[in-house]
Order: sequence, then C-alpha cells, then structure tokens
Amino acid sequence: MLTLEKVKKTFYPGTPNEKRALNGVSLHLEPGEFVTVIGSNGAGKSTLFNAIGGSFWLDSGSIHLDGKNITAWKDYRRAFDIGRVFQDTLKGTAPHMTLEENLALAYTRKAKKSLFAVSRRDREYFRSLLRQLDLGLEDRLKAQVGQLSGGQRQAVSLLMCTIAEPKLLLLDEHTAALDPATAEKVLRITVDLVAAGHITTMMITHDIQAALSIGSRTIMMDDGQIILDISGKEREEMTVEGLLACYSEASKKKLANDRMLLR
Amino acid sequence: MGVLLLRSLQEGFAYAVLAMGVYITFRILNTPDLTADGSFCLGMAVSVTVTVAGHPLLGLLLAVVAGAAAGLVTGLLQTKVGIHPILAGILTMTGLYSVNLFLTGGKSNVSAALAETLFQQWEEALGLTANQSKTLLPLFACAALGTVLSVYFKTRQGLAIRATGDNEDMVRSSSVNADVYKCLGLALGNACVALSGGLVGQSLSFFDAGYGSGMVVIGLASVIIGETIAGRRSVTAGLFSAILGSVVYRMFIALALKVELFPSYGLKLVSALIVALALSLPALKQWLGLRKIKRRERD
Ligand SMILES: Nc1ncnc2c1ncn2[C@@H]1O[C@H](COP(=O)(O)OP(=O)(O)OP(=O)(O)O)[C@@H](O)[C@H]1O
Ligand SMILES: [Mg+2]
Repeated sequence: MLTLEKVKKTFYPGTPNEKRALNGVSLHLEPGEFVTVIGSNGAGKSTLFNAIGGSFWLDSGSIHLDGKNITAWKDYRRAFDIGRVFQDTLKGTAPHMTLEENLALAYTRKAKKSLFAVSRRDREYFRSLLRQLDLGLEDRLKAQVGQLSGGQRQAVSLLMCTIAEPKLLLLDEHTAALDPATAEKVLRITVDLVAAGHITTMMITHDIQAALSIGSRTIMMDDGQIILDISGKEREEMTVEGLLACYSEASKKKLANDRMLLR
Repeated sequence: MGVLLLRSLQEGFAYAVLAMGVYITFRILNTPDLTADGSFCLGMAVSVTVTVAGHPLLGLLLAVVAGAAAGLVTGLLQTKVGIHPILAGILTMTGLYSVNLFLTGGKSNVSAALAETLFQQWEEALGLTANQSKTLLPLFACAALGTVLSVYFKTRQGLAIRATGDNEDMVRSSSVNADVYKCLGLALGNACVALSGGLVGQSLSFFDAGYGSGMVVIGLASVIIGETIAGRRSVTAGLFSAILGSVVYRMFIALALKVELFPSYGLKLVSALIVALALSLPALKQWLGLRKIKRRERD
C-alpha cells in the first residue's frame, strides 16, 4: 500500500542550523496494516508524516502509494487518498463554519457532484455518522465547530478524514491534547473507524502501552531513522520495559555521539 | 432634508456593492486586500470609456470582468509567487493606476456628460426621473448581487472559498486546492468593487484617475458599521448588513457635512477614524477591564 524508499530530508542544509531530520527511511506497509510509531522528541516522527503528506519536497528517495509514485505530488493532491489528524485540535476543522459545512467540505472529494454543498441526503448521512461517535453531535449539525470541545473537534476531524475513505490515515499524537478520559474515547473511536473502513493507518503516540496494544505493528524512530520494527509474535512478546530499554539505548547512543562532537 | 436622505440612499446603494466586495475579501477570505482602490477606479475607467463609445450596459459588464481580472492578478501574486497579501494588493493597485490611464488614452479626466448612461436608459425605458433611476438602479444592483452571492456561498464552490478564509490547512487536507479558491475569492471581491466603480462612474458621468483612493477604507467602514448594527452572523447576514452599513455611512457623512462638522475634504480622515475606532474596540475593552482589576486589587 505505502512504500518509502531511502527517504532523506535535511532542514537548513549548509548552515550551522543544519538538521538531518530524515536519514534514509525505508518502509513498506501492507493494505490494512495499523502501525504505531514511537520515538523520543525530535526523532523525526512528525517529519516522516509531513514527508508522506507532502508538506515539503524530499532531498532524495521516493514515496509510492497504492502503486502510484506520489513523490512529486502536491499536498492537496495527496490528500485525496491520505487523511491526517494532528495534535492541535484546531488544525483539522474550520472554526467559524458549521459542523455540517465542515463535513461537507471534507466529503467534497468523494461526494456526488452537486451545486449546493449540503443536500438533504448528505445531511442524513452526516447525522448517521455522527450518531456512531456517540458524543451527541448528531443534533448539533448547525453549531459552529469552534464552539465544540477539543475532544469533540478531534472526533470530528477523524470523521472528516475517514468520510472520504482514504487509503492511508496518518495520526500525529492526535489524542495528546485531550484529558485521559476523552483521549481514551477518541482512541476507541479511532480504532472503530479504522476497522470499519479497513484503512491502512500510522499513528504516532508517546503512550507506549497503547502503542503495543493497538494495531498490528510498531516501529520506533530515532535520529531520523527507523531503529525498531516489530510485528506478530515478536511484538506480542514485547513489553513496555523492553521498549523503554530501546529508548534509553537510543538516547545513550545519541549522548555518545554528542560527546564525540564536543571533543 | 429630503434631498439629503435621497442622496445618501443613492450613494449608499452604489457604494454598497463596493462594501460587499470588501466583505468578501476581508471577512470571508480573511485576507487584507488593498487591490480595491485600483479596481474601483478600473471599473470607473472601463465603464465610462465604453459608455462614451455608446454602450453603457456593456461598460458595466466589462467593468466586472476587468475587476475580476485585477483580483486574479493579486491572487496569483499571493499564491503562485508567494508575495505577502498586503504587498500583492499594493502592487496590483499601483500598476492599475497606469492601466486606467492607458484605457482613457492618458487622460486623467473623462466626461461622459454627452453620452447616454444606463441611468438615462432606465429613465426612458421605465419613465423615471433622474433621481428615481439613480436610486433604483443601484438598489436593484446591490439587492440582486446580495441575493446571488448569498446563494453562491452555499454552493460547493462558495463553501470552499469560505473554508479557505477560515482554515486553509483544513482545505488542503480535504484535497481541495486552496490557491484556486483564494484567487476565485479575490476575483469575485474585486469584480464587485469594479462594478461599484462602474455604477458610480456612470451616475456621475465622469472618470477621474484619483477617485479610487481610500475605497478600501470606505468599504471597510461600511462593513464594520453594518456589523455593529446587525452583529456578526452568517454570510448572508454579513452581505446585507454591508448594504445597510454603506447607507448608514453615507447618511452620517451627509449629515456631518450638512451641519458643517467637518469640510468635505475631511471625509477620508473621518472614514479612517471610523475604521480605526471600530477596530480598536476590543483592545479598549481589554484595557478597561485591566484597569478595573488593577483598581480592585489596590483596594
Ligand atoms: N520545518 C522544519 N524546519 C526545520 N527543522 C525542522 C522542521 N520540521 C522538523 N524539524 C526538525 O527535525 C527534527 C525532527 O522533528 P519532528 O517534529 O519530526 O520530531 P518528532 O519525532 O515528531 O518529535 P515530537 O515527539 O517532539 O513531536 C527536529 O530536530 C526538528 O527541529
Ligand atoms: Mg511530532
């Protein structure tokens, strides 16, 4: 489904601020796979998602989605098949537009051609989708999205991504700004939506427990590289402590590197 | 007094079309577009020169097209070249000054006094007086435009323009090319502004190269006055309250001139003050709130 080949990206090359954010990342995802992504701050997880989503052009390497080479596609074109949800709950929705208008805009790419943005049929469809979220949003189609709570907005963002049946869903710490109970709820909604649509998914999280219990595969990033990639039996046997050990090993290595640089 | 009221209605409706254009760029698209000064004059130039050539209705239509083209230029400067919105507008506006003079063959003043304008055509066709046609034609124009635009902003295209002004990232991630809709919105807004210029040009029967200066501020003042009266609600309400704001603005100006509150050349300063005052209200409220807290904490 998704294939990354030796993807490299350096920010501010040739300056003192030079930062190698992606250092030759190769990755292959099968259709329907649910990959959780972990790694310390600055490891390059968000940059990896930005590379896939098309926020910037790669220095080298290629990205294929569903057999098509999308390396030179603009971000909005990739978005036809790639849904993204961010940590910032304000990023995924238009705050001054109503809930149904937001959903209608997200649905534009897959909806039947029509002059008006929201038809009665669409409205019924949106309502049935919102009912599944079980947040009482089905009665608030005309409410401005800016008036919803962060958790509700994040659930709406998820719905807006999945409404268009994307081939790939990228979730960047999308529950990190929510309180534990709401985060739990949004995570459950995520798992349900992904399962219902059989969507290939990557999810960045700092919750190691969740990273192991959700999905079918886990990768760990460090310093712009994938340093661990486990699935199946190996993953089942992996413990939180085991992963934490990998973390500290990675950071130890980093520390050693920094020391070397200082000398 | 009656004459005063009539004059403010006539001007209010003609400039309401400008106010709706400014509403589209500043409020809906949420971008500070300064093209309006130039595109207003562009509309005036096109409308008056074509009227002199004997085709007043065509003059208005061409003014709309020209205004849309001007908006598109600003849009392309913003999106394709990545120039800051304010500077992009200033560049187009500055360039348009010359374009307008090209259109009139280098003359900074053109009179259409001898030609038949659309207003006079209406008088003949409908048996109206000059004052009636000068009221009804602009009223018809802004009412029709307000209705059409209200409907348009409920269509898929209109929704995409609104969303681009509200959250561009979200539009891109919905696989909609936000650049296209930014250009479309700017074209639409400036088409309205140019139409307003075209109407004003024909009603005054002249073109003046310097007439457009300050139109952004006048349009904004009308939008803000309308919002102050009717509140900020939906797009439909916004468009129609821009019309209301424009009329109220003209009445205020006419009254102030009548009682000689300020001389007529003080008009632009007053418009600027109205906008500055309205925009500083939130800061003023905050400052008053802070003062209250300070006083309370002192006691
Ligand atoms: N647009 C950018 N310009 C410059 N540097 C960037 C940019 N984006 C990311 N970086 C740098 O690349 C590195 C990786 O950042 P990234 O955001 O991918 O980390 P992350 O793994 O998502 O971390 P976190 O867990 O904190 O979100 C960081 O050092 C960051 O400063
Ligand atoms: Mg990150």
